[in-house]
Formats: sequence, C-alpha cells, structure tokens
Amino acid sequence: MTPLNRRQFGQGLIAVSALSAPGILRAQSFPSRAINYIIPFNPGGESDVTARFQQPFFEAITGQSVVIQSKPGAGGATAWAQLNGFEPDGHTIMNTIVPHTVLQPAMKDVGYQTADINNVFFFHYTPDAVVVKADSPYQSLQDLIDDAKANPGRVTFGGSGTNTANHLASEIFADMTDTTTTYIPFKGSAPAMTAVLGGQIAAAMSYTTQGVKAGEQVRTLAVATNERVAALPDAPTFKELGFDHVGGAYRGVAVPAGTPGDIQQRLSDILQEINATPDFQAQMTAAGYEVIDVPLADIPAFIKERKAAYGPAIERLKSA
Amino acid sequence: MLDALLSAATPFNLMLALVGVVLGTVIGALPGLSATMAVAVLVPFTFTMDPASGLIALGAVYTGAIYGGAYAAILVNTPGTPAAIATALDGFPMAKRGDGDLAVTISCFASAFGGMVGALALLVVAPPLATIALKFGPVEYFWLAIFGLSLIAVLSKGATLKGLIGGCLGLGLSTIGSAVVGGDVRFTFGNPVLLGGIHIIPALIGLYCVPVLLNMVATDDPHIERAATGRGTRIAEALGLMWRSKVNLVRSSVVGTVVGILPAAGGAVAGLVAYSEARRTSRHKDQFGKGAADGVIASESANSATVGGGFVPTLVLGIPGTPPDAIILGALMVQGIRVGPQLFVEQASTVYTFIFGLLFATVLMIPVGLMIGRTAFRTISSIPKAVLAPAIGVLIMIGAFAVEQNPTHVVMMVALGAMAWVLLKFGFEASPIVLGLILGPIAEQGFVQGYLIGNASGNIWGEFFGRPISIAIIGFTLLTLLWPLWSDRKARATQKGSLYE
Repeated sequence: MTPLNRRQFGQGLIAVSALSAPGILRAQSFPSRAINYIIPFNPGGESDVTARFQQPFFEAITGQSVVIQSKPGAGGATAWAQLNGFEPDGHTIMNTIVPHTVLQPAMKDVGYQTADINNVFFFHYTPDAVVVKADSPYQSLQDLIDDAKANPGRVTFGGSGTNTANHLASEIFADMTDTTTTYIPFKGSAPAMTAVLGGQIAAAMSYTTQGVKAGEQVRTLAVATNERVAALPDAPTFKELGFDHVGGAYRGVAVPAGTPGDIQQRLSDILQEINATPDFQAQMTAAGYEVIDVPLADIPAFIKERKAAYGPAIERLKSA
Repeated sequence: MLDALLSAATPFNLMLALVGVVLGTVIGALPGLSATMAVAVLVPFTFTMDPASGLIALGAVYTGAIYGGAYAAILVNTPGTPAAIATALDGFPMAKRGDGDLAVTISCFASAFGGMVGALALLVVAPPLATIALKFGPVEYFWLAIFGLSLIAVLSKGATLKGLIGGCLGLGLSTIGSAVVGGDVRFTFGNPVLLGGIHIIPALIGLYCVPVLLNMVATDDPHIERAATGRGTRIAEALGLMWRSKVNLVRSSVVGTVVGILPAAGGAVAGLVAYSEARRTSRHKDQFGKGAADGVIASESANSATVGGGFVPTLVLGIPGTPPDAIILGALMVQGIRVGPQLFVEQASTVYTFIFGLLFATVLMIPVGLMIGRTAFRTISSIPKAVLAPAIGVLIMIGAFAVEQNPTHVVMMVALGAMAWVLLKFGFEASPIVLGLILGPIAEQGFVQGYLIGNASGNIWGEFFGRPISIAIIGFTLLTLLWPLWSDRKARATQKGSLYE
C-alpha cells in the first residue's frame, strides 16, 4: 500500500467527518448483529409464515441473521404490551397487525395503547373474504345476502374470536349489506374454517389465505381487495359486487419507542426492498397474501385512515 | 410405495429419525418443555432440507417428545407434557414401590405400539378418516369435554366430593383472562398480565411438580424406591404384561388415533379417555391409581397414537390435528407444499416417504427409549434428594419461563404450586384441578358456539341432543358415571346371595 499523500489524507478526513455525522454512520452500519424478530402469535400462523418468507431476503440484504421468536398470548396483546420494554436499537423488531392494535386498546385495557406501537412499515395484508363450503347452497354473495334478509339472524358467520378483525369485518358486512347475521367466535381462523367444512356454520368471515389453503373444498364468495386476488381468480371483489369494502389484517413491523429515526428509516427501506423482490412477491401471492408498501413516512396517515374506517363498527361492538 | 419406503430408508433420513427421536425424548422428559416447543425449535433447521426429510425430522422429534413426557410422569410424578397426565396416575405409584424401571419399559413398548397404530392409520386410511375431524362440531366438543369431566369421578376414588371440588376449582381457574367467545375480561383484577389466562404448561408444572418437590424436602423417605440391582430393564416381564392386556393396548391405540384426528382435543384427552376406558372395563378396577400397569399402557399407547392421528387432518384437510401439527403445517407452507386431499396424489412420494420415516422413527424409539429410560431411572432413583430437588427446581423454573419467555408464568407456576401443596394436605389431588383447567375452555366454547348456532337455527335442543355423535358421547358419559353404581349393586347382590346359600 502506498502511503497517503497530503491531498488524499485531506479528502479522507472530509469523508470520514461527513460520514460520522451520527445518523448516517449508524444507519450505514445497521444492523450490526442478529435481528430478533418477535411474532406475537404461534408458529404456523400467518404472521409466522410471512415472517419466515421475509427472513432469507432480510438476511441477503443486510448480511445479518434474523432470529424469529414467537411470543403468543391474548391475541397478540401480551407481546405488544411488552414492545416498548425492549432495547430501542433496531435489533429487536416486532410483528404488528392493524386492526388488532387499533381494536384491542379501544375495547379494553390490554396494557398498551394504539399510539404506543411504533410501526416502521406495513408489508402486506390478508384481505377479508367470505368463504363457504363447496357444496353450499350459496353460489354467490347475493344468495347469502338474500337468505340473510329473508331470515334475519339465521345465517351464521364463523370467525376468529370476539372483538377481533373477523368480528369487525362481519359487523362491517352487516352494515353495508343491511342484513342481520349471527357471528360465532372460534379460537382462531383454522377452527372456524373447520366448522365451515364440517357444515356446522354457513360461512366463515375469514381471509383470502384461508380460502387458498382449503382449495377446492370451499368457495370464496367475495374478497375485500381492489383487484381480484391472483390465487383466487374466481372470487369477485366486494367492489365488483357493489360494496365499497377493501381491507383485512394489515401486517407490519414495529420497533420499541426511542429507536433512532435513521434506524427506523433504514428498517423501512430494507423491508421495502424485500417487498420489491420478485421471488418474495411470488411466494406471497401464491398463498393469497396481498403485498403492499406503507413506508415509515406514510404510517401516520395510514393509521388515521384505518381508524376512520373502523370507527363506526368499533362503536357498535362497544355498545353490544 | 416401495420407492417411498426406500427413500425413507436412506442413511440420511434414518439418521434424522434417530437424532429426532433422541432429541424429542430428552426435551419431552424435561418438565415444561413440551412437544410443541420441541417442534417449534427444530422447524428453522428443516428449511435447509428437502420437504420429506424435514418432515421426518419434525415427526421424529414430535413422537419422541410425546414419549419423553412419560419419564417425568413416572419418575417425578410430573407429566413432562400434558399428554402424560394419565401416565402419572399409575406410573408414579409403580415407581414409588420400586417398579419404576418396569413402568418405564412398559411405557416405551406401549408408546411404540400406539405410535405405529397411529402411523399405519395415516398410511392406509388417511383420506376417509379425515372426515371424522369434520363431523365434530362445537356441540360434539362440548359433550366430549363433559365426558372428560366425568372422569373426575373415576380419578378421585374414595373422595368423590373432594374430586368434584377440585374439578370446579380447575374450571374456575380456566375462566381467568379474556374469553375467546364473548371477549369478556374475567377475574384479571385489572392486571393485564392475567389477560392471557392461566397457561396450561406452567399450571401443570406448578400443580404436579411443586408439591412433589416440597414433599421431597419435607420428608426423610427416599423419593422413589431404588431398583434391586442387576435385574436389567425387565423387558420380558414388560412384554408379558403387555400381552396380557392386548385388548387394552389395541383399544387405547385406536382411541388415541381417533382423538388425535379431532383438532380441538389432543394427547391429554386421548390419554385420559383411554385410561378411563381401561379402568371401566378392567377386572381389577381397585388397582388403578395404585400402580396398575394397565393404566400406563392405556395412557402411553393412546397419547403416542395421537401423533399419527393428528397428521391425518393436517395433511388431508390442512386442519392441524394437534398444536405441534399447526407448526408443522406452517413449515410445510414455507416449503411451498400445499396440503389438502390432492396432496396424497400430487406429492405422493413426499407424503409416503414421510409416513414411512415416521414408522421408522417409532421403531427406533424402542432402543432409544429403553436406553434413555434406564439411565433416567438409575439417575433419579440413586442421586441424593439434596441434589435432585434443587435440580428439578431449576428445571421447572426454566420450563415455565420457556413456554412464552414470560416471567409471569414462573410466578403463576409457583403460586399454583403452593396452592396445590396446601390443598394436597387436605386431601385434594391435582388431577381433577388439571382436568377442569384443560376441559373448561373446550366445554365453554363448545357450549356457547352450540347455543349461538342453535339459536340462529331456532332449534337449541336439537342442536345439543339431536346429533348422532353427541348422543353416543352422552351415552358413554352416562355409562362412565353409572357403571360404578351398577357394578357395586351387582357385587352386593352376589355377596348377599352367597350369604344365604
């Protein structure tokens, strides 16, 4: 190596001092060790599966490993209530879900508030879907609506839990179709789908992913997306059927309060880069997930918009 | 089929099966570390393997862990996993009187037999069997839970009232937290920590293990009788006992397979149902609970059969039969394998390779289980209590914490343990409490869902009493409850008759 001449040394000095403006240097070197990715649900669920889809791409982009850790309990609330207790250096990140983190604190004291969750990016959503058994008399959503209008309360919708995203969706459904249905809560979306397959309930207010998983055993009557879902080409959107409903469970990544802004931005950028990878997109769409980009800068507006969309239904659940 | 058999028998896959069984057995043996956790820990490693090998590793760990739970149940009176609850009922009394080695050997053979029945059912009749999972609706689960609760009468021999009080206590504990159906927050006293309710694993450790530990420290007696030296693993004796209760063995394995198929039930329910049936039909009912080999055989063959049974709905319908199956299902999705009826056609080689791998793992469990069991028995019966008690104490703390990496669970475990110890002094056993805790939520959810569905269709009575499977379960419940009364009366009548002869 040749010794530096004075000019090169000077240039180097300038470069170093520019880089060491604290934020840039820190964000450049982030992540400096393994990332701990906490999932507030059991392994095998949608949150876990999508995190495992992200894992290899995250590792390829950053060169650091990602350790997925599940911390289930109370529909995710156990983990979310602990989020801000972790080291705020960006190496601990947590999976979050809207509407869960909006709905739970609105309904009862779960140990955290919606504002306590510092989301940095939302990377996909599982659109709401109305799913019936393949041999169900309901050929179309209209058949189901007609039956619900003729026999108020008679049509049973199964979903995951009470005061949850599925419950909220069934309230929104009742509201926009002007029908009365009976919501039957189950311990998770899988048991609700089992009850549909077993013919114990008329339909499931579930997600596109469940419709994809059950394959030919079921028929998906409507999906809450803008365009038809690639994995369910025969299922019309609510919009096509004349109902303005787009939504589902939006999954994002949050960091503990106090995590430096530049690191939050870096995480948002990494997650956006993963979303842009064709291989990642292919895996997600094949399973019925809708990939979306809600980067750090758009988060406040996104949460505000979602809160407004859920408002009336939440009020109704509260008064029920 | 033959291709699948051969590809399951490659050295790599056999090694995976062996390592999986050893690892699973050790994890299952530690109180608090459950089969679910063992599978969850292993999942990331399987992503680097081809799907069939990954599945074999997961299936082997799962099988091993369900079996491993028997050691702690027999030797420490603490079910290592919920599936081993019924094993402790007779296994520990056997160990107490010095037959711990025999109990461990029996549990090994019974588990292997049950595991093979379950895996064979998966191999031969999976698609038609899977429909059983769909026949069970909310109401059927409600009645199944009620049937399970009727076992309290069986489990609390001689102290039925205390058993019932314990069962009610367990049911009460099960209502703590945020209700799945209804969403009401109950008995949390404003503390968000209790929202998640009482987790079954810390409760299990607390209720069973803490009293054992405290008694170990409080009394001078040896924890369990040492084995007489030089009698090996008593294989011949164990096989003889198994042959004599072959009906029990087959029946329990079938019960385990069927219960395994039901998504909301699991190893714990399978073991308990098989145990109660074994006791009901036994000619030596009074021996149960005092160290009857039949009790261990019933529980262990049934809970191991749930492994194969649980894979039936998992692979055929995409509905996880047991909690570890839910994790395996997620792993399959990451591998890009779509489960469902077409799986057995489209991915036949993967599926059948896996099923044969599971069978091999079950066979390998015999030598592995005998060896580890012998070591475990020798260790626990020979090391001084001054070392054993603190070692178990540390293990259960870790176990309770590891469930959800939650320190609250350790506090819950200790609190419930202290409660169980005091209750035991007054003659209240842990089993009815645990039964209430496990079955309470199943009964509650089934009832509320059934009521809502019945209400929607305007036929609540028909919903609860008009469905064939429900009626059959109600029948079994009545049989279990009334049988002792009837047989008592018959016994008295014959006694009377002989008196006047």
